[in-house]
Amino acid sequence: MANITEKIAKNFPEATVEEGAITMITIADAKWHDLAKSLRDEENMDYLVTIVGMDWPDALGCVYYLMSSATGEMLAVTVKATDREKPMLHSVADLWKVGCLLEREVYDFFGIIFIGNPDMRRLFLNIDWVGYPLRKDYDMNPELNPISTENERTSDVTYTYVEKADGSVEKKEVEVFTPEDFVVNIGPQHPATHGVLRFRTAVDGETINKIDVYMGYIHRGVEKLCESLTYPQTLHYMDRLDYFSAHNYHHGLCMLFEKAAGIEISRRAQVIRVMMDELSRIASHCLFIGTFCMDLGATTMLFYTLRVREQILDIMEKTCGARMTFNYDCIGGVMQDLAPDFVQDVKALLEVLPANIKEYNKVFTGNIIARNRMEGIGHISREDAISYGVTGPSGRASGWACDIRKLRPYSIYPELDFQEVLATEGDVMARFKVRMREMEESAKILAQLVDNIPDGEYCVKVPKLLKIPAGRWFEMVEGCRGAFGVYLESDGSTKPYRLKIVPPCLPLAGAVDHMTRGQKIADLIAIGGSLDYIIPDMDR
Amino acid sequence: MPYEAFKDNEYIESLVKQLQESGTNVVVGSLDKLINWGRSNSIWPLTFATSCCGIEFVSLGAARFDMARFGWEVARASPRQADFMMVAGTIVNRMVPVFRRLYDQLAEPKYVIACGSCAISGGPFRRSYHVAKGIEDIVPVDVFVPGCPPRPEAMIYGIMQLSRKIKVERFFGGVNRQESQKEFLKAHPVEGVED
Amino acid sequence: MQDLSFITNWIHNALSSVMPAWLTVTVECVLIGVVLLLVYSLLALFYILYERKICAWFQCRLGPNRVGPWGLLQSVADMFKILIKELIHLNHIDRFLFALAPYLVIVASVLTFAVLPWGNGLQIIDFNIGIFFLIAVSSIGVLGILLAGWSSNNKFTLIGSLRSGAQMVSYELSIGLSVLTMVCLAGTMSVGGIVQEQSDMWFIFKGHVPAIIAFVIYMIAGTAETNRGPFDLPEAESELTAGYHTEYSGIHFGFFYLAEYLNLFVVSGVASLLFFGGWMPFHIPGWESFNHIMDFIPSTIWFLGKAFVLSFVIIWFKWTFPRLRIDQLLALEWKYLLPINLFNLVLMVLIITFGWHF
Repeated sequence: MANITEKIAKNFPEATVEEGAITMITIADAKWHDLAKSLRDEENMDYLVTIVGMDWPDALGCVYYLMSSATGEMLAVTVKATDREKPMLHSVADLWKVGCLLEREVYDFFGIIFIGNPDMRRLFLNIDWVGYPLRKDYDMNPELNPISTENERTSDVTYTYVEKADGSVEKKEVEVFTPEDFVVNIGPQHPATHGVLRFRTAVDGETINKIDVYMGYIHRGVEKLCESLTYPQTLHYMDRLDYFSAHNYHHGLCMLFEKAAGIEISRRAQVIRVMMDELSRIASHCLFIGTFCMDLGATTMLFYTLRVREQILDIMEKTCGARMTFNYDCIGGVMQDLAPDFVQDVKALLEVLPANIKEYNKVFTGNIIARNRMEGIGHISREDAISYGVTGPSGRASGWACDIRKLRPYSIYPELDFQEVLATEGDVMARFKVRMREMEESAKILAQLVDNIPDGEYCVKVPKLLKIPAGRWFEMVEGCRGAFGVYLESDGSTKPYRLKIVPPCLPLAGAVDHMTRGQKIADLIAIGGSLDYIIPDMDR
Repeated sequence: MPYEAFKDNEYIESLVKQLQESGTNVVVGSLDKLINWGRSNSIWPLTFATSCCGIEFVSLGAARFDMARFGWEVARASPRQADFMMVAGTIVNRMVPVFRRLYDQLAEPKYVIACGSCAISGGPFRRSYHVAKGIEDIVPVDVFVPGCPPRPEAMIYGIMQLSRKIKVERFFGGVNRQESQKEFLKAHPVEGVED
Repeated sequence: MQDLSFITNWIHNALSSVMPAWLTVTVECVLIGVVLLLVYSLLALFYILYERKICAWFQCRLGPNRVGPWGLLQSVADMFKILIKELIHLNHIDRFLFALAPYLVIVASVLTFAVLPWGNGLQIIDFNIGIFFLIAVSSIGVLGILLAGWSSNNKFTLIGSLRSGAQMVSYELSIGLSVLTMVCLAGTMSVGGIVQEQSDMWFIFKGHVPAIIAFVIYMIAGTAETNRGPFDLPEAESELTAGYHTEYSGIHFGFFYLAEYLNLFVVSGVASLLFFGGWMPFHIPGWESFNHIMDFIPSTIWFLGKAFVLSFVIIWFKWTFPRLRIDQLLALEWKYLLPINLFNLVLMVLIITFGWHF
């Protein structure tokens, strides 16, 4: 890390560097693109984790979080826009492909225009939405943006902003679909989009030429809501983002708050959290296998996999008191102690799991039709996976060792013996198999912990109205679908100034177009299924 | 399920009373009974889910809760062929036109179950800038199933209540919910649709 | 073997004794029509329940069990519901063709009922090109599907119907060729004749290797013909919502729904006719007393039983296999099934010529 700061000080003397858990660089917009390029090429910061749009009291701006895909080192860069009326920054969409989508999100929420981004449209909100909701001065009056049953306006045109030689910025129209394209609208109400995602698909016969992804049909404004709630209150939204990784997301946010407030939690709580994480990972992958097979037409598999999921839900229900929205991890530990027969139930689960996985392989994976449908479809290379920010099992299927549990170990994961499951093919089959094997690895972790749950208190005393000192924090955990991150900016009060959630599913949707070019319509379903995105997580 | 086991019988009883007031022909009455028997025992859901509740709806179809026992498992993906839509999840501003359109595309008789607190009132997201505060303002709702998400048992209970409501309907004339539905639709017209 | 034609003969004699010949024919036609429709709807109701129950058992569930005893009345309730469901009128569609399509599909499957061997002497017509007639009328169905998809003015239905067109045209070939193989063995195209030929032994045993190959191909192609999984691309639920019948509601959708199940019955009925002797009981040459016992089971039960068992196999396919992709589907037919089928036909001819069959 030290040599990076030295290099930056040498090459970009105007940048200020602030050391911390994650080194924070502040730079002016004019030099930002050059810095980004040198960071990516020379320092191997090839994974753009997220772009946090910010509305500081003095200016609008962005915080870019970068990660080295090889070492897991992270770096943050703050860039501020000077003009509040028409804020503009330079785009990095040409360096990181995921940048295009992330910048659209910032544009949608803060109205910051990115010069050079090829597709400057709103992402989550309608094109005629008034105002930028995450700005502090946003007018929440529902009359400005009334609920209307009028059909949404869709435009085949997008805009891009180009900087001319003299420094002035010109707005240009770009066609998304030409009038000759045969555009089929898949979604938002479609059985195979796993929720309310919308693909406008240009097809030539059965072959897909281009896909334009529309999101926001379940955009609930969680980040804005969090700003008006106290820290413990924000936790319950984590259940409702990716409802399969509820425990993992809770874990991430609690860890962030605990780090920020300087709270040490007991080892018992940590072990319980990790066990719950891994249980929900198994449950989530079970449901993935089921729904994925159902997308491919093998409906029966869903019922087989849901049997194991129900067993896990029973374990969780006994301890947490709910089947889906657990709200179990809390600041300082976990809400309740484990149920008396938790250990026994987990052991029973671990006993039946291998036989079940074997059965799934027997019924589905070995099937010749299934193999033909999956092998070689939806290929994404390691470089593209990193550039598109495809993390989690999907990224690991392309050979990118992106497991946050290994890359940036947290909680008690460093002590545990488990393998990061990797594959090199990068196709649908690889993604499917990686998930299958991850279930076995999770079972391995559970087996190590189930007999070694230490005694102690499950939750330390934490003040009800938690105050977090002013500052910035960023924390990442491994959700069931990829790297989940949370960014917190506190102004010292009991409520977050800005809480940014970094969902793993948003980049997945951005990569769909890349993966489906030239494939068949049926492959789109298989690819979408294999990426296993959860729309409420994407839309927040 | 025995009659006493249901919790809100007063509502159904008042509906029955209202119907009986106008009196009915024996032939028409028994025909009505036959039709309602068919309708109430064959309610096919539309595959429609926006968030968490949808996953519980999947669990409802799975082996443990098995809604197929009641004949509800024929989930149709096309709204033209479905009988009711289980609004499982939050409806946000951008989804409202799509949702309303889906409702309009359902063939009569059509029913709506608001499932989960988001669909009932906006739930935990009520104060958001981009969430419809309950679907009652958008479509007429027949049954509300509270919970976040409701347990599959609650969903079964909710659909059974819908089935009871259908049983006291009347196909041949008279007061029934179709009338109130028409009034509702008149009061909440769809804007900007040509045909 | 009890000949059930005495019933039909009795009706015929009774009628012709009281009315002139032309009226007899008319009344008989009407009677047959009524019986046919009754059998048709009862079979459809039974099949819908049959599939739902079997599917439930495959999926470790119980299936319908609340409406009527053991859920037997479930599909009856469905029928009442669907009969009075609204027929949605769409704008910007070809109204005539849109309304015509479901009837074409249903007519195609009703017509095939005319030549199925329901029992000993219970055939509606038995003429010398029975099996040829069956193949011809069953391909009218694809016309209905194509029209439905095209006239709905919807991109999903269009893709669905075009898929269906490509699929049906391809797999019709396999069905035709495997039927031809068996016709070679039987030496007749008359349905009654084919059944009589199997009085000593069913064709699947008589024709041994080529018959078994033809049977396997017939079952694959038959599944594809009925648009059922793993060949359910025209209505692939996870891809095209409901495929070609996305825009249909009420009883028009009900017709498609019924036709799907009836086609399943027809395909398995024809399979039982060609390979398992139609209504012919299970006979083993030489075991006279055994054959005699078999003869006591009524012929209608033999036929329906065989058809239901074969349908079970097709339903089993659907709930086990994932769906094929359109190019794989066509490759399977043109690259594998067709050459094998042609080879098999030659093999069958050789075997018959040299008398190598049993």
